[in-house]
Amino acid sequence: MLLSTRNLTKTFPGTKALDSVDFDLKAGEVHSLLGENGAGKSTLIKCLTGAYRRDSGDILFEGEPISPQSTLEAQEIGIGTVYQEVNLLPNLTVAENLTLGHQPRRFGMISPRAMQAQAEEMLAGYGVDVDVRRSLDTYSVAVQQIVAIARAVHLSGRVLILDEPTASLDSREVRMLFDVIGDLRKRGLGIIFISHFLDQVFEISDTLTVLRNGCHIATRPAAEVDRMELITLMLGHELDEEKPDRGLSSEVEGTGDAIRFKGIGRRGKIAPFDLTVHKGEVIGMAGLLGSGRTESAEVLFGATPADSGTVEDANGAVDLRNPRNAIAAGFAFAPEDRKTDGIIAELSVRENIILALQARRGWARPIPQAEQMRMADEYIERLDIRTPDAEKPVGLLSGGNQQKVILARWLATNPRFLILDEPTRGIDVGAHAEILRLIEDVVAQGMSILVISSELDELIAVSHRVIVVRDRHHVSELTGADVTTETIVRAIAAPDAEAVA
Amino acid sequence: MTIRALPLYATIAIFLLAYLICYIQFPAMLSTRVIGNLLTDNAYLGIVAVGMTVVIISGGIDLSVGSVIAFSGVFIAVILRETALHPLVVFALLLAVTTVFGAAMGGMIHVLAMPPFIVTLAGMFLARGAGYMLSIDSVPIDAAFYDTMQDAYYLMPGKGRLTLLGLIMLASVAAGMIMLHRTRFGTNVYALGGGEATARLMGVPVGRTTVAIYAFSGFMAGLSGIVFSVYTSAGYPLATVGVELNAIAAVVIGGTLLTGGSGYMFGTLIGVLTMGLIQTYIVFDGSLSSWWTKIVIGALLLMFILLQKGLLRLRVSA
Repeated sequence: MLLSTRNLTKTFPGTKALDSVDFDLKAGEVHSLLGENGAGKSTLIKCLTGAYRRDSGDILFEGEPISPQSTLEAQEIGIGTVYQEVNLLPNLTVAENLTLGHQPRRFGMISPRAMQAQAEEMLAGYGVDVDVRRSLDTYSVAVQQIVAIARAVHLSGRVLILDEPTASLDSREVRMLFDVIGDLRKRGLGIIFISHFLDQVFEISDTLTVLRNGCHIATRPAAEVDRMELITLMLGHELDEEKPDRGLSSEVEGTGDAIRFKGIGRRGKIAPFDLTVHKGEVIGMAGLLGSGRTESAEVLFGATPADSGTVEDANGAVDLRNPRNAIAAGFAFAPEDRKTDGIIAELSVRENIILALQARRGWARPIPQAEQMRMADEYIERLDIRTPDAEKPVGLLSGGNQQKVILARWLATNPRFLILDEPTRGIDVGAHAEILRLIEDVVAQGMSILVISSELDELIAVSHRVIVVRDRHHVSELTGADVTTETIVRAIAAPDAEAVA
Repeated sequence: MTIRALPLYATIAIFLLAYLICYIQFPAMLSTRVIGNLLTDNAYLGIVAVGMTVVIISGGIDLSVGSVIAFSGVFIAVILRETALHPLVVFALLLAVTTVFGAAMGGMIHVLAMPPFIVTLAGMFLARGAGYMLSIDSVPIDAAFYDTMQDAYYLMPGKGRLTLLGLIMLASVAAGMIMLHRTRFGTNVYALGGGEATARLMGVPVGRTTVAIYAFSGFMAGLSGIVFSVYTSAGYPLATVGVELNAIAAVVIGGTLLTGGSGYMFGTLIGVLTMGLIQTYIVFDGSLSSWWTKIVIGALLLMFILLQKGLLRLRVSA
């Protein structure tokens, strides 16, 4: 056994993050760690890499007990880690990033030529074409990820921990990364892989280990587990339906209440498009990363004002020159990256929830404290936000709960048109299902929703219509029985007549 | 790398252009005498800017250096007046004091996780106050060794004097270049400026590096203080008020990013010379108020900040 833990326990104030966990990693296998947010995956990783001290239990590396005090020490023992946010320095060159801390020296001085040669040698065999003298930030995230892996493998060389490495990669880049992982497996490294993309987990893993609430639940060969069983293990209860049926009528009757966008667009962001949003309708938006999905949403919300087109509703023209006006018109937008654009981590759950409503009322008319408390409690209850109380800073909650707080913020303004950009990204399966259920709830009350998502199953499950975006154009609109994974994928993949020329 | 080096090229281009303009108007500006004086007159600023460059590339700031220069002058003058120690011994003592002072600030910044701005602001008042404690008045220095140092120069062709002080500055810049670009410590400085948390994860000894950075800045401030005392033959606690800001300006005009992580030591030399050139031009002109120096430096700074902002945009969109 390459790396093992026995009875590993770690307690934080209030919670037992790891409870007597046994874990075994063999050389030459990709071992996925699975679990909901808060299951103990990160804590286990951090104990293995020395970022946390364990409270009790043993960590064995090739049978020898180890207790790394820092990530550096773990690295020297042979355990390297690559995180989701690439942990390299964008301002240094690729070569400097690869050799930092062990640059080849002559007479005490770094020799640039030797450093370059060493860096090129370290990158050989990873199938990337990189000029190591250029600064790291001139390369894509995928390349940076591979550089990070090359560094970790070079420095440790036995165990490689990949924590959500694919979160910000597109499918071609994921393929590139998986090829690299496959090669490393052949070279006999033990690889711990963490991802919430179950498809990727099934594709790359040899073994799966499921954690739940800090306890080890199961370890199985990946080939012997199916999706349903895995989710059951992760959630501890049968999820009602992984893929809820399309219980929605395919067509929503056009009432006078519709919001009509005509020829709305912005040069360089998204080509002009028409969109009619009916009351109580869920519109899905599909497309690859960078295809213009988020740009469409930002134009619809006035975050990047449109430079063409008109917007009308039953009462006449709607002013969308900036988000303030959009909010006043009853629009709401939960952006993609909740950490930078959504939550304000230092503020409490209550303050985050009332933020948008307060903004609409204007600062001259503060919401009374009692009313704020009542609203916060109402949404915590209604959305099942798991927080000890409404005054806890949002930054301390898990991803799924943060997402719910953002939803609560916009629901509190009682919008008529809510735009959700990747509402389920990076959150656990349980919260995922709850958010989908919530969408159905609010739509039943007459709200209109635009959902942008990379997960087609999710889009198909909740949407009345699906708009497909490709190369910054709205290329296709699917309704009714046409909304299937196959039709969407075909629309995304179809060669554009203009693009061919 | 090309985008990152752009501010350096811009700095060099501006300096050459400015020199050309000066030359067209006053052909005498190209003489080695002017160049020699440019180096001598700005020696203390150049030396302290070398330390400041390292600090700023690491993402920090050192506001204490102006006060440390003044303290150094008073320290040297008072000790030379009160004791019979050789000036070189006093210099060694002083450098030890200022280096430890810088190291202590670095230690506080690291251990207490406090912003360098606040810690070095405290250091600025402390050093200035310590200077006052030694003497309220200007203390003249009349050691024979000082005359020797002032008279030490190499006569360049054209009768320009490359003085000892100018040489010390050039040597400081050269040493700074090697340290910054050719040692692991230098790479660690850039790494800190690129992101402290990441640098730590990659194995950069953050604490040791931070202490060393501010110790180096303290050492350079002390060296600058020695040079300034040779230049003025006196120690005065009210001297060099605001020199830390001049040094920061020189570093930024030299193309170093104020947010850290990017810049070149050579650029700082050009930044210092550019500022000196403006002053020389005003002296040559004779009718301009010396405040024009500040106005031109202000305009240059603004230009470089805008340039850096533009480059950041370029990099983000690239």
